[in-house]
Amino acid sequence: MNSSKIFALCLRHIYLIKGSFPRILDLIYWPTIQIFLWGFISKFFTLSSSFYENTVGIILSAAILYDFLFRSSISYNMMFLEEIWSRNFTNLFIAPIKLSEIIAALTFTAIFRTLIGLVPASIIAIPLFGVSIFKIGFPLIFLLTTLYIFGVTLGLLVTAGLLRFGPSFENIAWASLFFLAPLGCIYYPLEILPYWLQIIAKLLPLVHIFEEMRNILIYDIINYYQILNASLISLIYFVVGIIIFYWSYSGAKNRGTLINMGE
Amino acid sequence: MKLEVKNLIKKFKSNIAVNNISFEIKKNKTLGLLGPNGCGKTTSIGMMLGLITPSSGEIFINGICLNPANRIKLLSEMNFASPYIELPKKLTVKQNLEIYARLYGVENISDRIYEMVENLNLKNFLNKKTGELSSGQKNRVSLAKSLINKPRLLFLDEPTASLDPDIGDFVREYLEKYKNDNELTMLLASHNMKEVERLCDSVVMMKKGKIVDKGTCGEIVNKHGRKNLEDTFLKIARNNNE
Repeated sequence: MNSSKIFALCLRHIYLIKGSFPRILDLIYWPTIQIFLWGFISKFFTLSSSFYENTVGIILSAAILYDFLFRSSISYNMMFLEEIWSRNFTNLFIAPIKLSEIIAALTFTAIFRTLIGLVPASIIAIPLFGVSIFKIGFPLIFLLTTLYIFGVTLGLLVTAGLLRFGPSFENIAWASLFFLAPLGCIYYPLEILPYWLQIIAKLLPLVHIFEEMRNILIYDIINYYQILNASLISLIYFVVGIIIFYWSYSGAKNRGTLINMGE
Repeated sequence: MKLEVKNLIKKFKSNIAVNNISFEIKKNKTLGLLGPNGCGKTTSIGMMLGLITPSSGEIFINGICLNPANRIKLLSEMNFASPYIELPKKLTVKQNLEIYARLYGVENISDRIYEMVENLNLKNFLNKKTGELSSGQKNRVSLAKSLINKPRLLFLDEPTASLDPDIGDFVREYLEKYKNDNELTMLLASHNMKEVERLCDSVVMMKKGKIVDKGTCGEIVNKHGRKNLEDTFLKIARNNNE
């Protein structure tokens, strides 16, 4: 892989973000709204019942982590969609760049976009609700990395769909994470799901990540085996995502859709 | 660079878009790819750019087969411009040129951009967003992008479509001059027959995915007994037996 070509592709998206204040505002706006919404809802629960002690911390931490996953996946999709919307697809695919360089550039730039939105939101939660995601401590790095890999994987699968089915697949890009959210056990423990759904849910890294987050915040226990398990599952999905992306690209070349893809 | 196309076929399910075409462009020559809409020109160019996988047949560039293993190496010496594809609209002209210069591994990027800006009169809108340009300005920027890596093989798909006669003439004149000053082989797909007569050393006429004639402009015009290339094009396009 050529790092200067990866940098050039990253630069294209950095210029895009840098050149538009509404775009930056949009990146910050939604995560902040999420924090406010979940912060007030969980604060209400805490005030109404002693059963929900520490609810604000757990729900808000879950909201921040879920938003991190959501933003990383959406950022990935958005950057790919930008190429379709701007009709730049042909220019990009006739440039001497490898598919792996495109994937790497999207992966690196997605973290940049995600952090623009999430860092301010996470900081706002500290004075406003007395909740700091950083209380999770050192394992937070692993949880975020695992979530990021899974977010990028979902991004890869959606972009593979865009290559396969064209811009009409765009709606799936927005819906993909909402489909997985109920199974991810983000705001509730795994036991809430019916047994047969628990089996399916365990195949997702999300369950292991959010169960571990609750373990740390409620019981102050770190289960590195669970974190490792989540990372491995994420990596498996990531490899599958890459294979599907290459397969879709090859299919798009066979169908001739790369040459005139655009809105 | 020499381009050789051998027995190229592209089928989309039951539809044969390109049906066993073969031709070559010698080094530093320009070939016009002509034919009515839907005759397979864009599909053929797509295959030559490595964007579409041929059903069968081969493409050689300077004797090297265009396949996934050689794609990156060959693409770095090629480029393409078409009014039907665009550069990111929210980026300025300078940013777009910089990004493509980096993607093509151009050395001394600032110097090369400055050169293109001077040659194609881009100075007045260099820092303007590409989406805010007129079609004539966009066309020149697109041409600048296609020449940013000093390609030795350039594909142009209707480079002067939708341009007023003045800018159209500017583009043709620039291409002629650029070709004289640089080592460049060109494939030009165009519906402007005067443009083809002016810029091309030879032409390939396509119809329904097949090559129906090829030769120099003069040879083809004489063979069909017409006054000029436009009349010849009309005769071929309207003749249902071919």
